[in-house]
This record gives sequence, structure tokens and C-alpha cells, in this order.
Amino acid sequence: MSAEQARKLIVLAAIWALLIFAPYWMAPLGGYTALATRVLVLGLAAMSVNFLLGFTGVLSFGHAAYFGLGAYGTGLALKFLAPSTPLALVLGTLLGGVCGAILGTLIVRRRGVYFAMVTIAFGQVFYYIAFQWSSLTGGDDGLRGFSRQPIDFGLFKLDILSNANTFYYFALFCFALAVGAMGFILRSPFGRTMIAIRENERRARFLGIPVERHIWIAFTMSCFFMGFAGALYALVNNFADPRGLHYSQSGDFVMMAVMGGMRSFWGPLLGAAVFVVLQDYLSSVTVNWMSFVGLLFVLVVLFFPRGLLGFLQRSKA
Amino acid sequence: MTQLLLFNVTNGLIIGAFYVLMALGLSLILNLSNVINFAHGGFLVIGGYIAYTITPYIGFWGALLVAPPLTAILGLIIERVLIRPLYGRDPLYSLLLTFGLAFIIEDGTRFIWGPQGKPVTIPPFLAQPLSNDLFFITGYRLFMVVVVMVAVALLFLLLRYTRLGVRIRAGTLDLETVAALGINVQMLRSLNFAVGIFLAGLSGVLAAGQLGLEPTMGTGLLMPSFIAIIVGGIGSLPGTLAGGLLIGVASGLTAVFYPAASEAVIYLLMAVVLLLRPRGLFGEEGMMT
Repeated sequence: MSAEQARKLIVLAAIWALLIFAPYWMAPLGGYTALATRVLVLGLAAMSVNFLLGFTGVLSFGHAAYFGLGAYGTGLALKFLAPSTPLALVLGTLLGGVCGAILGTLIVRRRGVYFAMVTIAFGQVFYYIAFQWSSLTGGDDGLRGFSRQPIDFGLFKLDILSNANTFYYFALFCFALAVGAMGFILRSPFGRTMIAIRENERRARFLGIPVERHIWIAFTMSCFFMGFAGALYALVNNFADPRGLHYSQSGDFVMMAVMGGMRSFWGPLLGAAVFVVLQDYLSSVTVNWMSFVGLLFVLVVLFFPRGLLGFLQRSKA
Repeated sequence: MTQLLLFNVTNGLIIGAFYVLMALGLSLILNLSNVINFAHGGFLVIGGYIAYTITPYIGFWGALLVAPPLTAILGLIIERVLIRPLYGRDPLYSLLLTFGLAFIIEDGTRFIWGPQGKPVTIPPFLAQPLSNDLFFITGYRLFMVVVVMVAVALLFLLLRYTRLGVRIRAGTLDLETVAALGINVQMLRSLNFAVGIFLAGLSGVLAAGQLGLEPTMGTGLLMPSFIAIIVGGIGSLPGTLAGGLLIGVASGLTAVFYPAASEAVIYLLMAVVLLLRPRGLFGEEGMMT
């Protein structure tokens, strides 16, 4: 094993150790378990955005739509269909992913800023639907009246509803599944092709790679991951918010990915942690938190375009 | 029924005129500099609030003349300081920056002028309806449409016949060659940005007289302007013009039959256009790269 591999393994072990013991080390630092769960779920969302942005090189600025669809799908399933958490998660993920797959066919032929514009505009469709269709979605107030259900395994019961730590570990398990799948895809030949398209689309095309189809597949997969994150987020809050579908939420996700470092796999999780904690803190100390978040955007773009991890790596080299 | 229909078509045309002004500015900046200006709605709001602040001193007509250039100057400063360093980098960064800027502007106007809506007084003779039958066509609405038409005509004349306009159009097609011919591209981008922001400021003043002012009003106009550009065809200003009017009328007409969908119909229109004619109504093949 080379030194590089050993270093990677140590970093990986450290990340998982931090995640596994989060409920224990967060409390003394002034955090709370629910905050850790939120970081985890929004981190997964940011990683899903980065799956497309950082590894395929196309900018979707409307991914919150699929996140929100996941949340609404889960909420509606719990409220109207059956009080089963796993079923609701699956249905939420499917709703986000399938809508992404359908709209993806209209979107993938565009590149660069135009790709971004079309994704934003299509993302807003679902915001308006959630906003207008009050009888089903609760409109502006959001979808209420459901809660995550304890999971019955026969031999034992997982009480994720009232025990915050149990729910954290449930979310961590889901997170690990999704992140494992993401890592597996990125290591596969398909993942390498995505990176080839990012690096030089024209050359990839000359090599005979069907670029549009690959981007569509990457877009669809990213929407499925996004839907899954949104489904988990509905469970975190026992609530689905129309603002979770809005393009400003997409902006937050892209920001998390950029702030953490979009060329690295774990960067967006770090970005999400910083962003969520900062927003939590700012909204508790000032009513002008919007200005500060906006200022954060401006500063990161001007001074840390490569993100925290990119910054650390460069200063080390 | 005819009157209801006419009422909503007029409404649609008027709101479409706003989309056109916004979308033309956005489109100018997008075509030349490859920047999606998320803060465009913010500049509209600034234009409106500047008009609100100076109307008591120089009247509505003075504000109409002074507020848009002031907004454009502010835009010029912001372009110089914040956006210029980002040209040539991944469009992601200018997108994120203007996105943050939109937050700051919205919160800033709320901080300076307060969260409540503000009315802007318009000259009384403009507030009168033109006739009893057509009660919904007030002088002000007619006046707005005329101003928008004049502004659009001037913009197209500027682009067609002035040196600046020719350079902007050339730069849209091939900026590298324009630079190689010895034209100061930085200056060109700045002026082009200022023209775009001028249009946003102008729509701000006009909107202030019609709808009153709110810190969030820019956000609501931003998304339809995006769609106007996509429907009309990215890269084509006449397309943007047609797209803005089209979605305005479409949403006005839908409001007659099914009000809840008046917002959704413009997205549907966009989906249909992208499906049948991916480059947009007036877009040229190859501009969509």
C-alpha cells in the first residue's frame, strides 16, 4: 500500500468516525442531534448535485425541485397511503427520480448557461404546482399532518420517531447506502466516462461516446439521489415545505457543493455542514441573515472558488 | 365575455411588456458576457425605490428620466467591482455571485425602505380610465405600453445603427475576433451591462407606478423573463421580444378560463416549445451549444 492510499484510508476512517460519533461530540460543542441529522441529509443533497456538477461538469440550478418532490412524495405517502417509513422513502425517491428522468430528456441537449437556465425554469414548475394545489399539498403552508413511523422488524422495533439518536443512525444508514452507491458509480467505467465528458466533451464525442445519453443517465441518477435526500428530509421535519422546491434552495445546494469543494467527493458534505451551521447561527442572531448569506456567496465566489478543500489542498502543495 | 377576454388579453400584453423589458436586458448580458444575471430583478426593485425616493422632489416625470440612469450607474459599479473578475471563468461563478447579490439587494431594500409596500404617485390625468366601456385601460397602462415600445425601438435602433450596437452584436457572435480587431472588450461588456440594467431600472419605475413597490417584486418577474428568453430562442433579441409578449398573453388568456393555471401555463408553453423546436421560436441553429 502506497503512502497516498494509506492517507486516503485514514481520511475515510476519520470521516466515518466523525459521522458515527456525531451525536456524542456535537452536544458538548453546543450542537444538537437534529442539527447533525439535517447536515447529513442536506449534505447528501449537495453531494447529489455535485455528482452532476463536479463529476459530469453540467450545472443544474434546479435540483431543489427533485429534492422537494422526494419530500412531498414521502409526505403524501405517509399521510394518505400507509404509515410505513420504508415505503414512503421508496415512493418519494421514485417521484423525484422519475420526474427528473422525464424532464431530463428535454434538458440534456443544452450546455453551459443554457443548461442552467432551462433547469431553473423547469424546476420552478413543481414549486408552482405545490404552491397552487393547496387541497393536496397544503399550498404555502406546506404539507403537514404526517410523521415518520417506527420501523418494525418483527424481532425488534426501531423507534425513529421519538428517539433523536436512533433516527440519526437510521439517517446515517440511508446516507451510507446512497453515498456507497454514488462512490461505486463514480469508480465504474460509467463514472470514468462522466469525468471524460467533463474534461473534454468534444474528445469524448469523437471517441464515440453517446454524450447526450450519458448526461441524461447522470442527470437521472442525480435526481434519484436528490429525491432520496428529499424523502429523508421530509422525515427529519415531519413536514414538506414548498420553499424546498424553489430555485433559491437549488442555489443553496450548489453553494454547499462549491463552498466545500466540488472537485472532491466529500467536499459538498463539508460545505453543507458549514452552510447549515452558519445559517442556523445567523438566523438566531440577526433578522438580516439573508444579507449575510448573500455576502457569503459573493465572498466564496471571489476568494474561494475552489472551495474549502481546494483551498486546503493548494495551501499544502 | 368579449369584454372579459379583452380585459385579460390587455392585462397579458401589459405584463408581457414588463417581461420584455426585463428579458431584453437579461438577454443582452447573457448573449455578450455569458452571465445569467440573477440580480436583474433586484435592479428592477432598486430602480423603483429610487423613483419612489426622488418623486417628492422632482415629480414623476423627473423620476422616470433620472431613476433608470442612476440604476445603470449602480449596475456599472457592481459590474466593475464584482462581475468583471469572473469573465472567462466557469459561468457557474457569475451565476452564484449574482444569486448572492439578489439576496443582498432584497434584504438591503427591506432594511432601507422597510418591508411594507410603497405607493408611487403618478400624475392624476394618467390614472383616469380612458372610457367607461374599457374601464381597465387607464391612461397609465397605455402610457406604460408606449414607453416600453419606445424603449424597445430605441434599443433596436441602437444595436442596428450605432457603433456601440454593431460592436455588441459582433461580440455576441465572436468576441475573440472583436477583441483581436482592437476593440476594448472590457469596456464593451461594461456598457452592454449598463444598457441591460438601464432597462431593468426603467421597468422598475414603470412597475412602481402600476403595482406599488415591494422588496420581493423583482423575484416574481425574473422567472417569466427567463422563460421569455428560452421560448423566444436564446441568442435572439427579436425572439425575446416575441417570447415575452407571447407568455404574457398566454397567461392572461388562461386567467379567463382557469385562473389557478395562469402561472403554470407559461412553463407548459416552454416545455412544448423545447419539445417541438429545441432552439426556441427565433433561435438559430447552433446558438444552443
